[in-house]
Amino acid sequence: MAASEAGVDTAELEDLLLRMWSIRAFELRALELFEEKLIRGSVHPYIGMEAIAVGACAALRPDDYITSTHRGHGHCIAKGLSLERMMAEIIGRTDGYCRGKGGSMHITAIEKGMLGADAIVAGSSAIAVGAAHGLRLKGSDAVVVCFFGDGASSQGILHEACNLGAVLQAPVVFVCENNEWAISTPVSAATLITDIADRAAGYGFPGVVCDGNDVLAMRDATAEAVARARAGNGPTLVEAKSYRITAHSAATKTDLRSEDELESWRQRDPIVRLAALLTNRGVDASRLDELEEAARADVATAVEFALASARPEPPEEIEDVYAPSTWNVDGRLA
Amino acid sequence: MSDRELTMSQALNEALHEEMERDAGVFVVGEDIAQLGGLFQVTTGLLERFGPRRVIDAPISEAAQAGAGVGAALVGCRPVIELQISDFVTLTMDQIVNHAAKWRYMSGGQVSVPMVLRSAVSSGIGMAAQHSQTLEAWFVHAPGLVVVMPSTPFDAKGLLKSAIREDNPVVFLEKRLLYSRLGNVPEGDYTVPIGVADVKRAGTDVTVVTYAHGVHLALQAARQLAREGIELEVVDVRTLRPLDLETILESVRKTGHLIVVTEGARTGSVASEIVARVVESAWDALRSPPARITAKDTPIPYATALERAVLPQVDDVVSAVHEIFQPTTMGDD
Repeated sequence: MAASEAGVDTAELEDLLLRMWSIRAFELRALELFEEKLIRGSVHPYIGMEAIAVGACAALRPDDYITSTHRGHGHCIAKGLSLERMMAEIIGRTDGYCRGKGGSMHITAIEKGMLGADAIVAGSSAIAVGAAHGLRLKGSDAVVVCFFGDGASSQGILHEACNLGAVLQAPVVFVCENNEWAISTPVSAATLITDIADRAAGYGFPGVVCDGNDVLAMRDATAEAVARARAGNGPTLVEAKSYRITAHSAATKTDLRSEDELESWRQRDPIVRLAALLTNRGVDASRLDELEEAARADVATAVEFALASARPEPPEEIEDVYAPSTWNVDGRLA
Repeated sequence: MSDRELTMSQALNEALHEEMERDAGVFVVGEDIAQLGGLFQVTTGLLERFGPRRVIDAPISEAAQAGAGVGAALVGCRPVIELQISDFVTLTMDQIVNHAAKWRYMSGGQVSVPMVLRSAVSSGIGMAAQHSQTLEAWFVHAPGLVVVMPSTPFDAKGLLKSAIREDNPVVFLEKRLLYSRLGNVPEGDYTVPIGVADVKRAGTDVTVVTYAHGVHLALQAARQLAREGIELEVVDVRTLRPLDLETILESVRKTGHLIVVTEGARTGSVASEIVARVVESAWDALRSPPARITAKDTPIPYATALERAVLPQVDDVVSAVHEIFQPTTMGDD
């Protein structure tokens, strides 16, 4: 970490810490809201993985795009989505990004370059390739980052998307968030190889293993991949090694993971590591607390905003099934 | 606009040339569509004119082709994805049904998915079970999709242009046996509206609702039955979803009798859906039970006589009409 830290100024590091804290505070609060029955279905917390999204998105321009997953709140926050509109969405209110019609697993914010969270775990990989090709057709040099997990890496669509992205030389970056578990299936049972990044060679593009709990390493690895893509040199697979500290989801609390394993990863907490780096630079503990408090305050404001937002009512359920067209002026079901 | 005759594949090809010229965001993806111009010549000449970024020979990855179409559509392009044989839609179902059809709704209306998935229905020519299905019912069943199946070169060109300009995802199925069929296609830019049926033959005695190949079966049956003094009205819906129920009901109220002809398998067919809607809305106008003429509920066999026995034929339409006026199955004599 030391090497990549050298040229980064303290203000930038503090900003990265604040972003990671925003994710963690949001997820912790979401888990509470779930217990209070304000969130239906489930939420899939990103706790312990914050450095992946924050690091990766720190390498992007505002006009770059991302695709995301069911475990997508971290991606959204790192991409700059509003905590308020996210919180309203996950409790199903009209001020949510999707007017309460998508929910946690389908948050979309097209103006922020967030193409939409996908509950089909690798389902967006081909979408990312197509979006990347489409951007180039439109004369843009924007890139698309596609997030997916170790479990998702076994889905066929990902294989097809990687191969298609390679032959098209699409400006896409595939980021595999290897948190070692797909609900109860350890990655060692899902694949015989240790590094999912090794698969990239099979498609003819680079695969890079990265410490997913090192926000600067993630930023550097992603920046390199983004530069490759932007220059027209095609995809890269960045594998971020990480771990989710919480169980798979709020609704599925059963956890087969050992306390030893959990503890070993708590020792490598991405927020604690960045905080330690800042401390080494002479940043006061009170300043670090300030950043944490600021994040929690933002989340509290977001919850207030969300709770004050109206619930959608019929006939909204029949709206936006379609875009308005010659045969349908109001987008309602046909 | 002057008159001339084109085949359906020529008509579709013209539609693609014109729309790709008109809008730089339109591009085509599929297998063997670029260098070869497509197995059925629907994409002939596009590569030379528009280049390899807009005319893409894809690897055999139907799911990724469809998904890439969704992605490109989300950023403002209008992709036209060709699946070589329509049975391969099974490989794209997740991207079309879980993604294309739902992305607008799940996003609360932020985005639309203006893509076209077009494919060749290859039934009736001995292509066997995995290359001969007629699967539009699966897409008619998915809210958020538009489903179109033209029966003539004129309709094919006009509807493909509309489908490309349409802001919703369109599944556009073409009957392969009709690719070589000639029909009048005027010069110049024209479109055929989505969601509007066309009465291909006016008549007073029986309403036959159908589309694609069924239109030609119905018209042949109509010629035969006209010699017996029975006049069929053939309603070509052209768009299966959204369905132009009004035109169908107008016809049924006039004739009092309904036959629906589709090539898909019987159970859960689009014919079933059309019958249900007509019965719900015009029960009082019906003077005989509606009839569905569909493929049998079997996979499509290879041997000629067996394939013929599974797929709807002209005789089936004629028999169904006879059954209306001289019923053999209800009561004695």
